[in-house]
Amino acid sequence: MEKMRTPAELEELRRLLSKEQDASQLCVTLCGGTGCRAYGSEGVLEALQGEIKAQAIENRVNLRMTGCHGFCERGPLVVIQPKEIFYHGVKVEDVPQIISETVVKGEIIDSLLYVDPSTGQKIACESEVPFYKKQRRLLLDMNGQIDPTSVTDYITLGGYGSLSKVLSQMTPEKVIAEVTRAKLRGRGGAGFPAGLKWRFTREASGDTKYVVCNADEGDPGAYMDRSIMEGNPHRVVEGMIIGGYAIGAHRGFVYIRNEYPLAVKHLGTAIAQARECGLLGKDILGSGFDFDVEIRLGAGAFVCGEETALMASIEGRTGEPRPRPPYPAQEGLWSQPTNINNVKSWANVPLIIEKGADWYAQIGTEGSKGTKIFSVVGKINNTGLVEVPMGATLRHIIFDIGGGIPNGKEFKAVQIGGPSGGCIPKEHLDTPIDYESLTELGAMMGSGGMVICDEDTCMVDLARYFMTFVQEESCGKCVPCRVGTKAMLETLARITKGEGRETDIDYLLELAEAIKGSSLCGLGQTAPNPVLSTLRYFRDEYETHIYEKRCPAKVCPDLITYEVIADLCTGCMVCARNCPTEAISGEKGTVHTIDQDLCVRCGLCKELCKFDAISVR
Amino acid sequence: MADFSVKVVDDILNGYRDGAEGSLIPVLGEIQDRYHYLPRDALILVSEWLGVPLSQVYSIATFYNAFSLKPQGRHLIHVCTGTACHVRGAAQVLDRLQRRLEIRPGETTPDGEFTLETVNCLGACALGPITVIDGEYFGQMAASRVDKLLKEFGMERAKA
Repeated sequence: MEKMRTPAELEELRRLLSKEQDASQLCVTLCGGTGCRAYGSEGVLEALQGEIKAQAIENRVNLRMTGCHGFCERGPLVVIQPKEIFYHGVKVEDVPQIISETVVKGEIIDSLLYVDPSTGQKIACESEVPFYKKQRRLLLDMNGQIDPTSVTDYITLGGYGSLSKVLSQMTPEKVIAEVTRAKLRGRGGAGFPAGLKWRFTREASGDTKYVVCNADEGDPGAYMDRSIMEGNPHRVVEGMIIGGYAIGAHRGFVYIRNEYPLAVKHLGTAIAQARECGLLGKDILGSGFDFDVEIRLGAGAFVCGEETALMASIEGRTGEPRPRPPYPAQEGLWSQPTNINNVKSWANVPLIIEKGADWYAQIGTEGSKGTKIFSVVGKINNTGLVEVPMGATLRHIIFDIGGGIPNGKEFKAVQIGGPSGGCIPKEHLDTPIDYESLTELGAMMGSGGMVICDEDTCMVDLARYFMTFVQEESCGKCVPCRVGTKAMLETLARITKGEGRETDIDYLLELAEAIKGSSLCGLGQTAPNPVLSTLRYFRDEYETHIYEKRCPAKVCPDLITYEVIADLCTGCMVCARNCPTEAISGEKGTVHTIDQDLCVRCGLCKELCKFDAISVR
Repeated sequence: MADFSVKVVDDILNGYRDGAEGSLIPVLGEIQDRYHYLPRDALILVSEWLGVPLSQVYSIATFYNAFSLKPQGRHLIHVCTGTACHVRGAAQVLDRLQRRLEIRPGETTPDGEFTLETVNCLGACALGPITVIDGEYFGQMAASRVDKLLKEFGMERAKA
């Protein structure tokens, strides 16, 4: 593609592209996010290509593989435009019918439609599906519409318009004032006002400045940053260029997890395309402003999501945090002023410039503006990405949009904010959530991962799980985190094994305070949170483990017993044949028994029994 | 598995001829991608080429989870132990794999066939618990599916 040299040339291209595009044109869009690919959407794509060719309708229908649509539970997702016909769980075998009936004849295939579980009604139109209808998708909206590897798709829908506006009509100070007025807060989790951070970096003394996009999305269960980079990478690049202009930086880095190969690929393509058409590089759109972006891959260290560790990693060192101040705004990469923001923060910037700070600031709560994306996962019917205005309640997210808990189980708690966050029980389902309310409840916004726990989730086991995580991921630089998390983990492991002592809860609280108060970085300071919040709301579960040597959720292997229910056992021998330790004995047709000394409580017998004849106590 | 060759590592290093700042981690990343571990001789070459002490190369190679100093098996099994997979029973799947393969996470079977690893989150939580074998995703895993899967990947001892 030819280089664009002025804002007018960009607008001209957009005009030409929009003219070419016919809104009534048939287009089959297929979700190509990591989740849908894991379900086999690449096979579906091939089948669609083959079928379109076989029916010789290439000139009548477009085919587009887009980024993540967010409704991961129902993948692979296919949407047929312009009528937004929404098919879920599409298999290769369904493709011939989709092409011959829906694409060619315009008929809807009933069996592929989504059924609203609450009403039993079939829904044909994507935006009418409750999961989407009840969201407000400002950042994710384009994901379903564009091919993320096409810069022209992005430009057609207004992409790089904000950059053009900034470069031709706004001074850097004005850009910062706009972001400040929009009250955008850092989406990485801590919620620091972005405008203020930008100003600090702009005003810091130093000839060379940098901007960094923190895409080291390490919280297990959170994948919205990945979905934005996979599905709409130009939006992030555009945000970074605007940030670079406002701050006075000419070089930017995206630090991204190597566990996200597709996001790395799409972002790399986007950067190359932006360079090719003159949106990155020297004299962008004739403004005299130079800026370029490089990708740096993380190498699998959770602590590198912490900004000072992240910078050390970009510089090629081990990712160990250092004390702040000096903050990166004063001394960042290679000791130069550096502005670090999260993927979602950068992606919000073009939106603020396009629609204006006043428009943006009317969304959300008094202290937290805009929308927030949550990844709603775990024991939930509609696993997926949910974007709602700040201030939405947990009930709205988990039940109205998320569809509640599967298998008729009871909701117990939601874990928010990953290893730095906490668990919130059902009493607080109606609290409007923003940065402040979550912190008050003992959790934190974090990157927005929401893991739903039901009655079968053991909260002590969950606390042990997170402590295992932070203990492994502690970089080891400072003692409270390195040794303290290990001591906490050992205590939790003892409790889950039925060897808990009366003093253990107090000991955990004491350790937690010490680690919180004396660790250097965010990882250590927040590491005890999962234990503190489960102790705050589920102390009784700890006590049952310690005093009664019992796991109420029947999870902790050392505290449960598997038994055969004699009335239900048919003596089919399936459990006996599959038991890894040969703990189950019994002849064919007779009731089996489990030798408790040999049983390792792997649960395989219960999983395999077709007659529900295995009970857990 | 590819055998170590000086030429391959040279080619990788040639891509960083300008000595771009912070190239140590990307260089090691490429070598890891190529060999699925970091051969000792490659580390020495990297140290000499980039003018970085071998001790520093070693410290990077051991700090980050993405790097391995030991050769990996023919089949690489990743069990996702992210939170969503955890609450859906990833521990049972991992336990079954450990028992069947008789190795722990991070280890390789003595016959060099399987390497077992855990991963913090693959972000495909709707399919949890997930196990990935040689890049292929197996969603909604259960302990009872482990044997069949291992057999598909050529493990003879596994029961069907």
